[in-house]
Amino acid sequence: MSLGTSDTLVYLIAIPLFSSAFLLLGGRALDRVGHLIGTAASASSFVVALIELNKMLAREAESRGVTQHLFTWINVGSFQVDATLLLDQLSICFVLLITGVGTLIHIYSISYMAHDIDRRRFFAFLNLFIAAMLLLVLGNSYLNLYVGWEGVGLASYLLIGFWNQKPTYATAAKKAFVANRVGDVGLSLAVMIAFVQFGSVTFDGVAKGIAAGSASSTALNAMGAAILLAAVGKSAQFPLQAWLGDAMAGPTPVSALIHAATMVTAGVYLISRSNFVFDNAPTAQLLVVIVGAVTLLFGAVIGMAKDDIKKALAASTMSQIGYMILATGLGPAGYAFAMMHLLTHGFFKAGMFLGAGSVMHGMNDEVDMRKYGALRKVMPITFATFGLGYLAIIGIPPFAGFYSKDKIIETAFNAGGSKGIILGCVTLLGAAITAFYMTRVMLMTFFGTKRWDAAAHPHESPWLMTVPMILLAIGSITTGFIFSNGDRLKNFLAPVVDKDHHEHETELLAPIVVTGLAMFAVAIGISIAFAKYGRKTIPASAPTDVTMWTKVARRDLLQDDFNESVFMRPGQSLTRVLAFLDKRVVDGAVSGVGAMTLRLAGDLRKTQTGYVRSYALLILLGTVAILTAILVVTL
Amino acid sequence: MNPMNYIYLSCILFSLGAAGVLLRRNAIVVFMCIELMLNAANLAFVTFSRMNGTLDGQIVAFFTMVVAACEVVVGLAIIVTIYRSRRSASVDDARLLRL
Amino acid sequence: MNSLTILGLLPLVGSAALFLLPKGSDLLAKQVALGVSIVVAIAGLGMAFSFDRSATGFQFVEKHQWIPAFGINYALGVDGISLLLILLALVLTPIVILACWHEAEGGRWSVKNFFGLILILETMIVGVFAATDIFLFYVFFEAMLIPVYFLIGGYGTGARAAAAVKFLLYSLFGGLLMLASIIGLYVISGNQLSAPTFDINALSQLSIDPVTQRILFLGFFIAFAIKAPLWPFHTWLPDAARAATPGTSVLLLGVLDKVGTYGMIRFCLSLFPEASKEFGPTIIVLSLISIFYGAFLAIAQGTSSGDGNIKALISYTSISHFGFITLGIFAFTEQSHSGATLYMINHGFSTAALFLIAGWMISRRKSERISDFGGLQRVTPIMAWSFFIAGMSSLALPGLSSFVSEFLVLVGTFARYPIPAIIGTIGIIFAALYILIPVQRALHGPTTPGNENLTDLTLREKVSIAPVIAVIIFFGFYPQPLLDVINPAASATLSALQITGITGGK
Repeated sequence: MSLGTSDTLVYLIAIPLFSSAFLLLGGRALDRVGHLIGTAASASSFVVALIELNKMLAREAESRGVTQHLFTWINVGSFQVDATLLLDQLSICFVLLITGVGTLIHIYSISYMAHDIDRRRFFAFLNLFIAAMLLLVLGNSYLNLYVGWEGVGLASYLLIGFWNQKPTYATAAKKAFVANRVGDVGLSLAVMIAFVQFGSVTFDGVAKGIAAGSASSTALNAMGAAILLAAVGKSAQFPLQAWLGDAMAGPTPVSALIHAATMVTAGVYLISRSNFVFDNAPTAQLLVVIVGAVTLLFGAVIGMAKDDIKKALAASTMSQIGYMILATGLGPAGYAFAMMHLLTHGFFKAGMFLGAGSVMHGMNDEVDMRKYGALRKVMPITFATFGLGYLAIIGIPPFAGFYSKDKIIETAFNAGGSKGIILGCVTLLGAAITAFYMTRVMLMTFFGTKRWDAAAHPHESPWLMTVPMILLAIGSITTGFIFSNGDRLKNFLAPVVDKDHHEHETELLAPIVVTGLAMFAVAIGISIAFAKYGRKTIPASAPTDVTMWTKVARRDLLQDDFNESVFMRPGQSLTRVLAFLDKRVVDGAVSGVGAMTLRLAGDLRKTQTGYVRSYALLILLGTVAILTAILVVTL
Repeated sequence: MNPMNYIYLSCILFSLGAAGVLLRRNAIVVFMCIELMLNAANLAFVTFSRMNGTLDGQIVAFFTMVVAACEVVVGLAIIVTIYRSRRSASVDDARLLRL
Repeated sequence: MNSLTILGLLPLVGSAALFLLPKGSDLLAKQVALGVSIVVAIAGLGMAFSFDRSATGFQFVEKHQWIPAFGINYALGVDGISLLLILLALVLTPIVILACWHEAEGGRWSVKNFFGLILILETMIVGVFAATDIFLFYVFFEAMLIPVYFLIGGYGTGARAAAAVKFLLYSLFGGLLMLASIIGLYVISGNQLSAPTFDINALSQLSIDPVTQRILFLGFFIAFAIKAPLWPFHTWLPDAARAATPGTSVLLLGVLDKVGTYGMIRFCLSLFPEASKEFGPTIIVLSLISIFYGAFLAIAQGTSSGDGNIKALISYTSISHFGFITLGIFAFTEQSHSGATLYMINHGFSTAALFLIAGWMISRRKSERISDFGGLQRVTPIMAWSFFIAGMSSLALPGLSSFVSEFLVLVGTFARYPIPAIIGTIGIIFAALYILIPVQRALHGPTTPGNENLTDLTLREKVSIAPVIAVIIFFGFYPQPLLDVINPAASATLSALQITGITGGK
């Protein structure tokens, strides 16, 4: 794949970055226009992205990628990293998603955050996030990606903790950052392995190095595992998933943009980008599949038990990303479908989060779905857009999620052997559970009886909020068909993720059978949900006489309990022990020497009587002794 | 006369001085004994100078005299100050240096 | 006279002028000190521009006989490493003076003496980094302690006298070991060369038998490990940081402690290559212990396990950072060496920012306990965000300066010692904890009672912190100017070690 150059890529990042800095440094003077500047910056980036897309489509499929060299970043001996941007078929998908959905969410936030005194700062952070996320997907090397990778982590930390005067929110932000840091260790290690094995950390260099066969399979598996660790941290996959639920502490637009549509899917991007590693590292690839499969069920199970609308959606996000990770683990056949699900998910999940935000906006920031009910009449637009997102996520044709999820299930079945059957069943089970918990969310929020607090006066949100929701809903309807019609997205991405043009594997089941099975699973999920939540009235407080399994699911499958008892408490004990040892043993040794010197001095001091004549006598005796010694020696 | 006799005299004077420093308590007397020891050394220097036929010893003797004079100045000043504050010239009373 | 001498003498002249000022002229003293330090900083930067980046070896060399009987020379010269460390000191000094305008007012002695001592310290620092004669280095190395001793003991808080004595004795102990080694070298040079010498270039040509080399190496290394400080020689640092004023701490941790790591590169590696290689793995283990030990104790300060002292916390984070620096030095690759040197500079700036802002927080709140702060982000946003940025640099966030150096150290170490590098990388998780815990407790959360009326940074404080933050951000994105200066010196040190440079790729 030959690469052209472009001089305009940098504007994608520079515009939101400078806008962010400007808003932060400008101070209170910009409070009145900050949100407009922020939105304009994001929109400008989107326009640049559209122009780039236009230019890209005009080029031949094999030479669509362009690069822009900015400056030499680090150059020490053989370790050379340039700040270079790379825009190819894979990154343009992300760039459009980030700037497009991002701009919609900016618009939504103008109204959503209208009464917050720090709205300017909020927009500055959103812009910072857009810039960092764009850097993540535009960097041409693992190290450039790393800068964006931690940059989005920082933006996520700042935005989760946007209302950090509330201690639990501040803790949630910290938890997210630390969990992400664990993943970052993986990315660091991946860069190191790449440098030592291939002498290069660019995607191109690593791909060429692997093609030249300069790395052992152990090294490639290690690199793959390290990349997977990074993806697991950023994308809230098992076992680093615990932060995502708490991250819902951030303002809802943040949850929509960062913790549903874009940042958490960065792991999928990273694995797809590293396809050349995983295609040659079967063990790491198997790990990817396992992580994806486990998380997809893990998130779905949590989603069934959550009464907090945002946490239910977060659990769903975790589960859907599990689907994507699973798909990337299926090799060349899966990357394009992972990307497709990622893009459609970006639309419908962002739309649903904005819908949830709209509901909260009308319900005095209440998040407990047991306090909702019958909102469809008072909030028709929110209901309609949320409902379209719902249909998309559970995979009803012809909505977006149907196309993307169906393809993943199909590819899973085709993975071959018992692996294929297990994965296929897991994805089908996931689809059923998804249908169950999303139906539950719909029923509890928009149907049934009113269970509102006395103070709640639900109302439809202003147009600044509903328009982005409507646009995202349109995306939830159409994108699936657009992408999958004639394998358009798959062919578009093929030069990047499937260079060798793998032929279709043998199909275990005919596509129509898979679709039928999936529809059947979804139908089961919906009917159980109807039986449980559609017919009966829903108690306003969560029932306590439930099975142990429900209790465990409500506690997020004990993820926090596990982390606390395995990492946090022992860690705290260790710090206490070390603090004690530092004082008593390490510093004690030093002080001990001092104390010993003092005591010795105290004892020796007693020989000093203060009588001049006894000193004189000692001097005399000493002199005599020395003279005698000299005499004895010389004689 | 045999120059060795001067050396013997010098040794006797030095021993007398040393004994005085060690045994007497009055600071003035101790002080005079130190002078005695210094002069004993001077005598020895001069004698050696004579015996060796060089002037080195005599020069050192002059140095010693100057040192002795300085010492008298400083030492007497200290003794007088101590006497003023403690009304005693006994060296055993001045043991402030003991911690 | 040569440029380095002038550079070193200027602050000394300034301090003499300060001591001569009449009592009570505090403001004038501060202005003079600030003026002198700014002039010196500009002179230093000007000198840096005439530094030839392509050449190896010492530049701005000057040499005068000092004590010819012992072959001792007054010999100065800088290479890339020492040049940058001198610049670090020259740039930080005016910032410290401006930032700590009122810091000396609670001291035991007069305000003008405080600033006079800082200027003397600046002279000593220039001397210690510029000396190319080991004896001269030793003189500066020890003389440096004196102003710091008075700065801590005379102007500090709490148990300042005890902390100052502990600092002095601990450093002197190391210095004596080094003196013994220096004398040993001198004797050996007398045996092997035509005349005994203290000249570093001549000494590095000696061939010393392995046993002697090991003993002499340890003499130097322990002195530098105390100064750096490396576990288990670190316990003076938290005490000193607790007692010292923030400005003193900046100079102590930001600049002075770098003499330790600088000494390891300049003396341990180039004089005792064989012993360095032999002890390398052991020192790498010590470095790893330092990384985690410092991090855990910093976390202990941040949580209920310690006494929650913010100054002590910052000093423990430094122990962790110094672990990375020594790791890089003894991993013996180009990347790790350049990274370690760059780390010294970056750590100087990020720690300076942390200490200065912590100092302002303390002087406003009249407390050093982290739990007494709280919700500062609402009350004093500029101060809080400055602290946050400094903290982010300390945890090596990409885009801020420390990241480049930390990553270079790790990637360089990985090339030679993969397992230690992996362990070291895990340390970055704890870095996140030790920064985010105090950030959460001091800046986030509801406003703690008693903090409602704290004032935000004044113009003077903003002016003094802005350049530090600007440097942190600029060199995060564009470290190449510094690396261009460092690389030749780093590879020269390595080639002297005669280690085949491990590079990436096959």
